Amino acid sequence: MDERLRAELSRQGVVVTTFEELYNWGRKNSVWPLGFGLACCAIEMIAASMARWDLARFGAEVFRPSPRQADLMIVAGTVTKKMAPQVVRLYNQMPEPKYVIAMGACAISGGPFREGYNVLQGIDRFIPVDVHIPGCPPRPEALLHGFTTLQKLIEAQELTGERRPRHLSAEAASEFPIPDHGEHDLVPSHNPEIWPPSRPRAAG
Amino acid sequence: MSTREFQVIPRVDVDGTAVDGEQLEISMGPQHPSTHGVFRMDLKLDGERVARLKPVFGYLHRNHEKIGESTTYLGSMPYTDRLDYFCSLTNNWAYALAVEKLAGLQAPERAEYIRVITAELTRLQNHASLAGFLLQDMGASGTPLMYAFREREKILDLFESLTGARMMCNYMRFGGCRCDLPAGWILEARGVVERFPRFLDEFQALLDGNEILMSRTQGVGVLPAALAVNAGITGPMLRASGVNYDLRKVDRYGIYDRFSFKVPIGDHGDVYDRYMVRVLEMRESLKILDQALRDIPDGPILDPKAKLRGFRPKPGEAYGRIESPKGELGFYLISDGSPNPYRYRVRPPSFINLTLLEDLCLGHQVADVVVILGSVDIVLGEVDR
Amino acid sequence: MESLEQIKIWTETAVAGARLQLVTNPGPSGQHSLLVDNDHAAAVARFFLEDARLRLDYASNVTGIDWPEAVLQEKRKVKQTIEGVEREIEETIERRRPGFLEVVYHLYSMALKQGPVILRLRTGDRGAQARLPSLTPIWRGAEFQEREVFDLFGVVFEGHPDLRRILMWDGFKDFPMRKDYAPPQESGAGREPAQ
Repeated sequence: MDERLRAELSRQGVVVTTFEELYNWGRKNSVWPLGFGLACCAIEMIAASMARWDLARFGAEVFRPSPRQADLMIVAGTVTKKMAPQVVRLYNQMPEPKYVIAMGACAISGGPFREGYNVLQGIDRFIPVDVHIPGCPPRPEALLHGFTTLQKLIEAQELTGERRPRHLSAEAASEFPIPDHGEHDLVPSHNPEIWPPSRPRAAG
Repeated sequence: MSTREFQVIPRVDVDGTAVDGEQLEISMGPQHPSTHGVFRMDLKLDGERVARLKPVFGYLHRNHEKIGESTTYLGSMPYTDRLDYFCSLTNNWAYALAVEKLAGLQAPERAEYIRVITAELTRLQNHASLAGFLLQDMGASGTPLMYAFREREKILDLFESLTGARMMCNYMRFGGCRCDLPAGWILEARGVVERFPRFLDEFQALLDGNEILMSRTQGVGVLPAALAVNAGITGPMLRASGVNYDLRKVDRYGIYDRFSFKVPIGDHGDVYDRYMVRVLEMRESLKILDQALRDIPDGPILDPKAKLRGFRPKPGEAYGRIESPKGELGFYLISDGSPNPYRYRVRPPSFINLTLLEDLCLGHQVADVVVILGSVDIVLGEVDR
Repeated sequence: MESLEQIKIWTETAVAGARLQLVTNPGPSGQHSLLVDNDHAAAVARFFLEDARLRLDYASNVTGIDWPEAVLQEKRKVKQTIEGVEREIEETIERRRPGFLEVVYHLYSMALKQGPVILRLRTGDRGAQARLPSLTPIWRGAEFQEREVFDLFGVVFEGHPDLRRILMWDGFKDFPMRKDYAPPQESGAGREPAQ
């Protein structure tokens, strides 16, 4: 539809939209994060939800304590090998549609602690990540930018066809295998289906 | 996440007959809104009362000490920021102090004043945040924390204009500080210090006499003084139990002997005392800040003998400690003459303060466990390193 | 605070059979330590805690250190007669020092506001003899730190109330802070570019 016609109609109080736009508009403006902070980045996440930077105005007002009620997992901080199975378990417990933001260098790739014997070199070895926010720690503004990037990503999701998101496709897996604590390392050390990333993933 | 395992334990009724009972085993954490990080407690509950509590650590073990052995001395300074991530400047100071003892360096006077000023500002924002988190755990969902973080942001602005970063400051060097105070910083800091008592007055007026706070914290988690000393507890948790041991007065490191301030000591050793000791320490920190900001002299900020590149201290060892907001933070370094330390050890106050967690929580209700843990003031970066 | 020599004399007098050795610290910090033999370590610790002149009631820091087997070189000046002329030559002597694990305790007194007194304990070797008496019954503050030394270095503390791993998971088999620990090779973690 012609944009000028749409604008004219909306001035008269008639809103014309597609089902897709409406659906995504509702979803992107009420993404509820899971209250889950691992390390130093968690403090910047808390600061982003406090009065000065106010994550609430983007819809992420309520940090849910239970994964069953959350839409978004912000992995904020270093994921250690001891903690990795719990992170994957929490991700599996979240209902679809669910998103992951890897906040900070440690969640993306292990960060400054990469060479450690207990540090997982990035959470995307086990679960799919939608937005990566670099920084050590990223400023609260960076988290807000990452959050709006996620909102743009949700807005651009097509509801039908090849590139439809995971929760609308019956074959796509929404639970990922949980690693075990082996004698020297995690078993397996990464999920071969999602790491290394060999092709750009469809949105969602 | 919780695992439940029912175990039938025979109990006796008032007249001596056996009664069927059951104990509930719960894993509280590592993802839990009130465990202050990824910390797990395995609780065995008898109804609502705690029968056993075993803390489980290691979910944030980032091998800081091993990395310290493969990095140069200066290269470890940014890693010390990430230990107790609320108090990066005091971590920096403790490490710099230990290396200065190891290498025989001395910071000039202006650097010592800057160290005291930044350390006391760190103490202010740490105690304010702690009070906020403690009250959030009690159910005052969000408001005291919001006020505390509002003040914290003002202090973080000062840190950012001085060091370039809000949280991970990487500011102290061996023999002084990295860069001098920018123009107008002292005036800005004085403004923050002058406006802080108004926040503290409001905070105390709303909270100190609050019925819910008092009934949930008074008499809860009482820590006897002798046990605290033997268990190596330090910091406000120790002083709330009545033991007068503050490293700023005992070791008189830096230039703390030039400032007049008191050390608040508690009478009962319960959670309320730990909260009040921290609030009173904030007032004493304001006094120190007033004096330091008034008296800071001009001069260099780095020891001229200090070498930043190619730093190889002579073989030997040193243990340096400071009074961080959480307790005694110490660094133990062994040098073998090479650019990397042979052994790099952090003495973490939060980790050792958790020794008595089980003792404090036995017999209390689950809700009290949350409050007691909040009063210990732990930061997992330091507990697990 | 008394000198370490004085403390050594008091301790050897009070605890029958205890042998302490002064370990000098070559660096500028001036923090010297006392090495105590393992059989009397617990009795010496009890003496440190209870003696009225010391009252070392606070065990601040417990550190584990790995000293793998090493070849130490010592230079010595030796007089030798070469072609009828007596000369002084420098000779290098190599000494093989077997490996051991060491645990260092930093002790302070909160009652008398003095310290530190640094106590060292050494194991027989880095294998089956890596056992030391636990000082947790004397200073409760050593409880978690001794567990950490057990977890990361493999020193077994006899008499510890609850000796198990504290930072790594229970099924972990290695001792990561030892100098000869090799972290696991990452398998399959390629750097393939996106297509």
